[in-house]
Amino acid sequence: MSTLVASQPRRSVLKGRFLRAHPLWLAVPGLAFLLIFFAYPVASLLFLSVTDTETGSWSIASFARIANTDVYLRVLGITFKIAGNTALLSLLIGYPLAYWIAGLPERFRNRMLLFVMIPFWTSYLVKTFAWMIILGRSGVINNLLLGSGVAEPLPLLHNEFGVMVGMVHAMVPLAAMTMLPVMTSIDRRLVSAAQTLGSSPAHAFWLVYFKLSLPGVTAAGLLVFISSLGFFIVPAFLGGRQETMLAQLIITQVSELLNWPFAGALAAMMLVTALFACWIYDRIFGISTISGGAVVESTGRIRLIGLKVLEIVAALASRIAAAARLLFGKKITALFLPIVCWSIIAFLVVPTLLVLPMGFTSSEFLEFPPPGYSMRWFGTYFSSPLWTSATLRSFGVAFATAIVATAIGGFAALALANSRSRWSGLIFAFFLAPMIVPRIVIAVGMFYLFAQIGLVASNTGLVIGHTVLAVPFTLVAISAVLKNYDMRLDQAAATLGASRVRTLVSVTIPMIKGGLIAAFLFAFITSFDELTIAIFVSGGLKTTLPKQMWDDMILQLNPTLAAVSVVVFVLVTTLLLLAERFRRSA
Amino acid sequence: MAKNSTSTGLAPPKLVVEGLCKRYGKVAALEPTQLSVPSGEFLTLLGPSGSGKTTLLQLVCGLVEATEGKVFIDGQDQSDTPVYQRDIGLVFQHYALFPHLTVSENIAFPLKMRRQPAAEIKTRVSDALDMVHLGHLSARFPRELSGGQQQRVALARCFVYQPSIILMDEPLGALDKKLRDHMQIEIKRLHRESGATIIYVTHDQEEALALSDRICLMNHARIEQLGTPHDIYMRPRSAFAADFIGISNILRGTFERNGGGTKLVTPHGAFYLPEGIATNGEGGGLVVRPEHLRIGADSPNTLCGSVKEIVYAGSETRVIAQLTDGHEIILRLPPGQSVPRMGDTISASWDKDVAALVP
Repeated sequence: MSTLVASQPRRSVLKGRFLRAHPLWLAVPGLAFLLIFFAYPVASLLFLSVTDTETGSWSIASFARIANTDVYLRVLGITFKIAGNTALLSLLIGYPLAYWIAGLPERFRNRMLLFVMIPFWTSYLVKTFAWMIILGRSGVINNLLLGSGVAEPLPLLHNEFGVMVGMVHAMVPLAAMTMLPVMTSIDRRLVSAAQTLGSSPAHAFWLVYFKLSLPGVTAAGLLVFISSLGFFIVPAFLGGRQETMLAQLIITQVSELLNWPFAGALAAMMLVTALFACWIYDRIFGISTISGGAVVESTGRIRLIGLKVLEIVAALASRIAAAARLLFGKKITALFLPIVCWSIIAFLVVPTLLVLPMGFTSSEFLEFPPPGYSMRWFGTYFSSPLWTSATLRSFGVAFATAIVATAIGGFAALALANSRSRWSGLIFAFFLAPMIVPRIVIAVGMFYLFAQIGLVASNTGLVIGHTVLAVPFTLVAISAVLKNYDMRLDQAAATLGASRVRTLVSVTIPMIKGGLIAAFLFAFITSFDELTIAIFVSGGLKTTLPKQMWDDMILQLNPTLAAVSVVVFVLVTTLLLLAERFRRSA
Repeated sequence: MAKNSTSTGLAPPKLVVEGLCKRYGKVAALEPTQLSVPSGEFLTLLGPSGSGKTTLLQLVCGLVEATEGKVFIDGQDQSDTPVYQRDIGLVFQHYALFPHLTVSENIAFPLKMRRQPAAEIKTRVSDALDMVHLGHLSARFPRELSGGQQQRVALARCFVYQPSIILMDEPLGALDKKLRDHMQIEIKRLHRESGATIIYVTHDQEEALALSDRICLMNHARIEQLGTPHDIYMRPRSAFAADFIGISNILRGTFERNGGGTKLVTPHGAFYLPEGIATNGEGGGLVVRPEHLRIGADSPNTLCGSVKEIVYAGSETRVIAQLTDGHEIILRLPPGQSVPRMGDTISASWDKDVAALVP
């Protein structure tokens, strides 16, 4: 007690200094923004789920209804099953790809990384549209099969197979991109060291490399699982009624039945599952490993069992590898990994590329290969006031979003880079939260808030919603640049007589310009092909391009969609390549 | 089977390297190289970065595949043996300790890979830990240790399975000066106690002089000179060798042969050469170590210059003097000797037999 009293005056001095110049003040606008437009709506949605709208009193009626209705329980079960399987398959496919890319020489690595980045940023709508063309009853695959003499077209679409193909295709890039930083930071000399100590290559891989890559693997599994929980585009178009997922149910409850408490309850279940998965992950691995923090090696029996399991796997793998070498020879065995990885890249890239010729078809129908080529569907696209106004709105909204999100993310990044406060970690996590909380939950909560303050069907509402989603990306992009930025340059400028503002404008910003432009472009892309929030917040005539595509895809597939997809794909890829260039040059 | 060509006589060489070379495209990382290392020797590969010493090391242990040439260990051709079957120990520059394993698990790793029985592993690990005085830290993880401790774990992990040859790739490069000196003594002791054959890569000439039985000086992807530390220090065979090992004053000139003996005529005067030295060609460089120069003109071999800089270093004082044509020489004065003042004109002389001649 006495120490507390004694430290009182000193503390107030510190407090005074904090109020004046503490760098964390720069993060306050962003914090306020996220509190109002992200934390508050999500919290009120959760609150709504346990409220009786008639009386305003506490009620668990919505949850009781879920528990008592077979359909809802089945949807829950299917959602978990699909999300879990997607996570598993994405890891299995993403791991070799990430391993291979991480081991390439640096210059080559950056080029190969684009084969993961481009599918990652390609619009889900475009990717899903591509799979509908490929897997459909008269799609690319069935056409090829019928041409080669198979009697019946295979049922590839509107079933679990279709959903899994679409989900895995959408999620492998995320899995690979989450694992890559962990893998590139593993010191490959450790594998050499293991070999000089007598391990076979298989032993060295499993006992050393794989073990050290596990934090990346589990982080990727977690992110893919959580993202998959909130998916609705893929199951809506590639799945059948059996594959209805939770997010679709929420959309129906909100936009068709206007049953807010029930939608809130469904969203709450999704959020709780996501948070529960995060909690388990944190208990086992520590959440900081996601953002690249040090792995704390667990101790005790679990660790020893883990090592033992790896030893058994290593022994098995070593036998298989020896057999493969014996069977195929050393040279061919060494080609296995590149061959597998190029196949994975083909799986990621080729479907989207198939859409390109479809946009230029001369036919009334979506057939592959197109019987002839013309620009007629681009003509239809550009002469339709519906499509052009949606496109222009998307551009405007994306531009505004990019500016606001870059400003918020930039100031927050500056604040965190300059602060050694113990709150920094927590603030960083809060800024990244919109990436972890399923989008559908954010969207429904925001819709509820906007409905009360009259922002539904407004461009402002769209910009606010998209900014919430884009801020994590801008923060990460700018933080990465600031990490390499020598803060002593700021100090040098200060000793040379520059004021804080002057330092920011003439030293810091010019130095991190590349990162800022990259952040701007990432935010632009995020907004430009955002659908979830647009489904709720853009309404009537004020639709965005993705919303217009969604409506058209639900109604009927047509070649205009292919033309639109071409434009979206080319635009997003160009912006992405630009962003990557600026990010590198920074 | 290679012939034993070293001075140890009957003992078969532990390692023989024949025509070993490595090229990346047109760039040679190592020109064809011959080398023979007797059992129990401490050989240092010394040279600047890019001189091929690490490449030679990696070729010997098999981490890099040779373009041509053969590696024999104990007379056995090991050129095509994969690294994990070569029975060689490698101590890495940055230790390469496995971060997910404890100190004792790290040391047990090579024994486990060799399928030793658990009881045997246990005693050998604890012996190895005692050898490097780290018994009390066996349950720690590497990141919980200081740099010096990590290096000792790396040494223990290597010595524990008693490989035929132990290779060390600049193992002390990441440590500060004081710790480095301490670890040098530690490594010397380990070498003496284990009787292991050690090939040690470094770019630090003092370290090479302190540790080695023989030094293999490398430059431009080939061996420049191979010999005992004393040999290399006192009788450098090239200007590079003279310059790389210790500070040298090199005086260049042409030979003048007249009856009694040969003199080297330089811009700074004509100097007598050491007795019985072979003088081939037109001329050469006379190497005079700073500690062999003394102030005074009491020898026919004398230089004159003015003092430009005085550097006090505790155990010695270095004096830099400028000769009349601008060439600078360094003298090393032992403590207690009177030191000239800045700007003084001094004479520096040496006994002709302590100098060396390089082409």
